[in-house]
Amino acid sequence: MLPRFWRKIKYRYNLIGSKCKNCETLYYPPRNICPKCRRRGEMEELELWDEGRVISYTIVHETSDDFKLNVPYIIALIKLENGVIITSQVVCNPSEIKIGMKVKPVFRKYGEDGEDGVIYYGTKFVPAD
Amino acid sequence: MIGIVSYGTYIPKYRIKVEEIAKIWGEDAESIKRGLNVYEKSVPDIDEDTATISVEAAREALKRCDICKDDIGAVFVGSESHPYAVKPTATIVGDALNLNGFFYAADLEFACKAGTAGIQNCIALVKSGMIRYGLAIGSDTSQGAPGDPLEYSASAGGSAFIIGENNVIAEVKDTLSFTTDTPDFWRREGQRYPSHGGRFTGEPAYFRHVLTAAKTIMQRNCLKADDFTYAVFHMPNGKFPVRVANQLGFKKEQIELGLVVRYIGNTYSASSLIGFSAVLDYAKPEDRILLTSFGSGAGSDAFIFEVTDEIHSIERNPKVWDKIKNCVYIDYGIYAKFRGKIKMR
Amino acid sequence: MRVAIVGVGQTKFGELWDKGFRDIVIEAGIEALEDANLSGDEIEALYIGNMSGGRYLGQEHISALIADYSGLTELHIPSVRVETGDASGGSALREAYLAVLSGMYDVVIAAGAEKVTDVGPELAMDIMASTADREWEGFVGATLPALYALIAKMHMERYSTREEDLAMVAVKNHKNAINNPKAQFRREISIDTVMNSPYIAEPLKVFDCAPISDGASVVILASEEMARKLTDTPVYIDSIVQASDYVALQSREDITTMKSVVYSARKAYKLSRISPNDVDVAEVHDSFTIAEIMAYEDLGFCKKGEGAKLIREGETEIGGRIPVNPSGGLKACGHAVGATGIRQAVEITLQLRGDAGKRQVDAEIGLALNIGGTGGTAVVTIFRR
Repeated sequence: MLPRFWRKIKYRYNLIGSKCKNCETLYYPPRNICPKCRRRGEMEELELWDEGRVISYTIVHETSDDFKLNVPYIIALIKLENGVIITSQVVCNPSEIKIGMKVKPVFRKYGEDGEDGVIYYGTKFVPAD
Repeated sequence: MIGIVSYGTYIPKYRIKVEEIAKIWGEDAESIKRGLNVYEKSVPDIDEDTATISVEAAREALKRCDICKDDIGAVFVGSESHPYAVKPTATIVGDALNLNGFFYAADLEFACKAGTAGIQNCIALVKSGMIRYGLAIGSDTSQGAPGDPLEYSASAGGSAFIIGENNVIAEVKDTLSFTTDTPDFWRREGQRYPSHGGRFTGEPAYFRHVLTAAKTIMQRNCLKADDFTYAVFHMPNGKFPVRVANQLGFKKEQIELGLVVRYIGNTYSASSLIGFSAVLDYAKPEDRILLTSFGSGAGSDAFIFEVTDEIHSIERNPKVWDKIKNCVYIDYGIYAKFRGKIKMR
Repeated sequence: MRVAIVGVGQTKFGELWDKGFRDIVIEAGIEALEDANLSGDEIEALYIGNMSGGRYLGQEHISALIADYSGLTELHIPSVRVETGDASGGSALREAYLAVLSGMYDVVIAAGAEKVTDVGPELAMDIMASTADREWEGFVGATLPALYALIAKMHMERYSTREEDLAMVAVKNHKNAINNPKAQFRREISIDTVMNSPYIAEPLKVFDCAPISDGASVVILASEEMARKLTDTPVYIDSIVQASDYVALQSREDITTMKSVVYSARKAYKLSRISPNDVDVAEVHDSFTIAEIMAYEDLGFCKKGEGAKLIREGETEIGGRIPVNPSGGLKACGHAVGATGIRQAVEITLQLRGDAGKRQVDAEIGLALNIGGTGGTAVVTIFRR
């Protein structure tokens, strides 16, 4: 799993997505091919740093072993100001989370490959104000 | 002119009070608070570590100024709690800032002064012309063994500085280090928690090194305590820096702004740097600041900074003291879980 | 040319502690052969829906293994595993259907099988999460229930669907399963049972989620000509359409609808020259209660946003306008992942033949909806008596 994590480090540590030069649609995670333009499209990488709003969320109570220590944690769909939607954890008290809540990206740990394994970092979100 | 171009800080939002820890170990909270002059300390979330704290502090520093990321030629992360024993934190920071890969990176360790060591390295590299900008970070998620007096103060936080020659907000007028082999605090390879020499950490370690470094830099620049607007010393607790300040002739008003330890504890490599950042938050042009770190083992780095007109050109909000006040209290159980003090299997 | 189902079989779904993967496949297969009155020699090909033999059992190449242990080794017939997440069964049925339709074969087996309970619940949860996007959903801790919870939350927000409405789906399906001897849970529950059960991923509770189940199911398909020779009660697959969609929720414009379901249903209705109103009975993929509510809407049993109204008014109960999941659905019958799509076909066949016993619905046209993950794949099948 090590090379698999490493390969996407750039896009996990930063919100780097892709933009189709033909139709200007933004994508996160980045895509190799624009599903709207297909061969007519051409993708370029783009930093998508933006605040966003929670459009849906859930508080997870039962999960796989990898996330047991994080329970209860929040998974949300976040719509950035540029329109891109991201699935991410939101770090806040579960009683605070609301649809429409303004959030901003932060750098956090997502997990690790055991106590002696590599650490998986990535982007989460926290309340913006 | 070489100096600080921008700075950023990160303090985890959780706090645990001395009372809560004392309750667990059957100790008297009031006498501990009187003894240490620490009331509460910061605690990192379960998904925070030195790398994440470093990144957040560095991102704030970058956001506040207007430099091209590709001009950052060095990244130093000073910490005694690097997430990996072998494998750098600085590379994580570099990629999380999306730097272009052409930068010198190293992790530094010198107990609580690895952050200021990074600043000195950056100053030297900028001065030599090897790099345009350097990023120096002091960051820690320090641990005290359960029940150890250290547990009341060992905390988490980070502070990042961009050092360069252009748009300097605080010029480095001088810096020096005083270093001896004094084993007052250590952690052997493979050990979970650090060990220390108890009261031995005071006189022969903290006081000797901090006083020597501070006195020497003041003397060689012909400056007295009165010539400084602010002074910041490493803060292992709330008492040591105050005593050192008194001995050097500083008044309460000169040290109060940087005395963050009472509310966030000892953030180790970030301790004096968060104090220094708290001072920069309010500093005015021409203010002169003395910064003296201390690292067990032992050594002190002293700096004299002079604030420039450029201080008004960068964003300084949110301020360190805002971050200190913006907190959530947790109990010892949650603290133990967050800090990995519960043996899972 | 039409393709008929001439025999069906299935194991009981549930925690089958004393049975291994090979045992359950054989049990369902023999039942189907007996039902079709075949010896086994007639089988020309096998299509097996199985999602994750590799992770549940550490066994790949289960296609040949099943042929082997089913006693078909010496026929040396082709055997293929089909995988589309938990729509694997539906997809295997489609592959088998196409194989007969092509004229290549006269008799083939479409099977579905999954042995899940050999791994613990945490690992099972992790494996199910792999039906969604591992890199961008699984990585952040979005389990399958969490993703369906995101869907449910948005559906509730937009259409005023209530947690109680979701609970009614579970209550209905548990009630239906009482009369299904192959079901995992054969006991009635109340709205309170559901509402008082702990959250898995808010707003979804334990009783909103299909259980972890082992199980196997088999249907035998034959060409129309062959079917006439074999049985007096063939059930025809009138049309079977599979569609895909963005695997990750974040890539979809609207997560309160599953475009794969809308698209495959619309096309299946067109191929069968029917409208949703013509469907007399349906087995839908209620891996989570919200999925059944959405299925009502996306299959056209009601307007978008009115799924909750349909369950509230009892329209989908046995005896209602359009009975849904008379078997108990995934919720109460059990969700043996790759076996589910075939189990749905077994149920519709029994219903159209009039062999469904106490849960019998009066039906001429039946529909099955099998979903992979959160709708990355949907298979809609229309059956006719």
